[in-house]
Amino acid sequence: MKALSKKNIIKITALVLMLVIVNLLIHNGTIDSYIELNLVLIGINIILAVSLNLIVGFTGLFSLGHAAFMSIGAYTSAVLTRNFASPFLVAILVSGIVASLAGILIGIPTLRLKGDYLAIATLGFGEIVRVLALNYDYIGGAIGFNDIPQHTNWTYLFMMVVLTVVLIDNFIKSSHGRACISIRENEIASEAMGINTTFYKVLAFAIGAFFAGIAGSLYANYFYFIKPDSFGFMKSIDILVMVVFGGLGSIPGAIIGALSLTVISTLLQSIPDLRMVIYAVILFLIMIYRPQGLMGDTEFRLLKKKEVKHNVSSKGE
Amino acid sequence: MLELKDLNVYYGAIHALKGLNIKINVGEIVSLIGANGAGKTTTLRTISGLEKPKSGYILLEGMKINSVPAPNLVKLGLSHVPEGRRIFPKMSVMENLELGAYTRNDKNNINSDYKKVFELFPILQERKQQMAGTLSGGEQQMLAIGRGLMSRPKLLLLDEPSMGLAPIVVNEIFAVIKNINETGTTVLLVEQNANMALKLSDRAYIIRNGELELEGKSEELLNDEKVRKAYLEG
Repeated sequence: MKALSKKNIIKITALVLMLVIVNLLIHNGTIDSYIELNLVLIGINIILAVSLNLIVGFTGLFSLGHAAFMSIGAYTSAVLTRNFASPFLVAILVSGIVASLAGILIGIPTLRLKGDYLAIATLGFGEIVRVLALNYDYIGGAIGFNDIPQHTNWTYLFMMVVLTVVLIDNFIKSSHGRACISIRENEIASEAMGINTTFYKVLAFAIGAFFAGIAGSLYANYFYFIKPDSFGFMKSIDILVMVVFGGLGSIPGAIIGALSLTVISTLLQSIPDLRMVIYAVILFLIMIYRPQGLMGDTEFRLLKKKEVKHNVSSKGE
Repeated sequence: MLELKDLNVYYGAIHALKGLNIKINVGEIVSLIGANGAGKTTTLRTISGLEKPKSGYILLEGMKINSVPAPNLVKLGLSHVPEGRRIFPKMSVMENLELGAYTRNDKNNINSDYKKVFELFPILQERKQQMAGTLSGGEQQMLAIGRGLMSRPKLLLLDEPSMGLAPIVVNEIFAVIKNINETGTTVLLVEQNANMALKLSDRAYIIRNGELELEGKSEELLNDEKVRKAYLEG
């Protein structure tokens, strides 16, 4: 596919328009700080859900440690921007890289585990990160890390969300992505096909962790203040719920899952007593009536269906 | 082509293969026969690098491949069609075949190999957009074999291709295996269906509790009194 085909130009224009319009609306006050806060939360959650979907939905690795990668990114970014006054873009990038290294480090020993065993190992990893952060005074310990400069704005947020979605979507559609999906589908067969399953599992983990780190960086530099408990086990579960809610193995699903659950949980804030009850009931209903998630495993190909079919059939003849 | 010398494999404390010796010459179909738990699948898995032998040698074209990791063996010309088909259910037939050619970069040859697979199994061409999980058992087995061929193997390892299939489908699949062999691929066939396997293959090894019980020309084994009693009748 050509990079500058008609469809891509339309897509890019739409994205730029969205970037500019929302920026204008924020400037003239139509979008107040409350709505902006929610936009930021939605954006961060989309990044988290899409990146976790690569690990859980596409590669089939049941990970409960995603918040830990976010935490590593958040603290890295906080230290860099406050203590070293580094430019935000550098901080974002370094946060991603550090989280990704952590992903590789934890991935190599644990990814030989499967299913529930892997889930428990990643859960343990999440707790280790949390407890280390609690006991390390340089980053504030249990008191938390204060006075982080607020760099995150709509432009950074939107660009990072688009970057995450485009990169992960492209990865999934590349031969490397195929290799990851084949591991989910049947690990033994994929090994028999000559796919280096360990490599791809670690790769999926590293890429997922990279974007979780970026999400952490955006989070830290929006809320001035972070503490280890914000990135505990419950946060990991939250992200996983978004992915399952939207549809495992579907990028649009992860986006919609993150979007709808963030909005629902915000709307329910006005009735704090029943909030978690209603939230749980909604999850219940979705899982009963649409166990494959809102989007099933739909891909970004609704518009391209004919094209795809044509390509494949000409290849086979 | 392939030689196993004094191969010992353990699953923890269980001694699964006890000093196995097997030799496969270029161009042959060799079948490996035995009851459940005799070590047939273990032998195949060890050859294709999915299990590590404790001692002994595996020689592929004279080269020791004991510690070569599974992915590299595919590049060396070994293709393993695993037991129970193990296709990728949520991918299309075409995508399954594409993954079979995962280790290759020669696009033109890959395209002509798709054609060859479709000639062997015309039904796959009809179904190429269909999700592999929706195929019938026989079609899935055909897909698994087709996918195995996509890596252009010199040696094809087939693990129980007749498992759970109707006799008529088994006949069809065995005819194709014969065909694959005649076009130059050496085949190691692991089977429970001793009768069919012996009729198809040139030579056979019969294993029992991880040890070699008998070996010889398939025709002779087919008429051997002991073999008839133990594996062919009843």
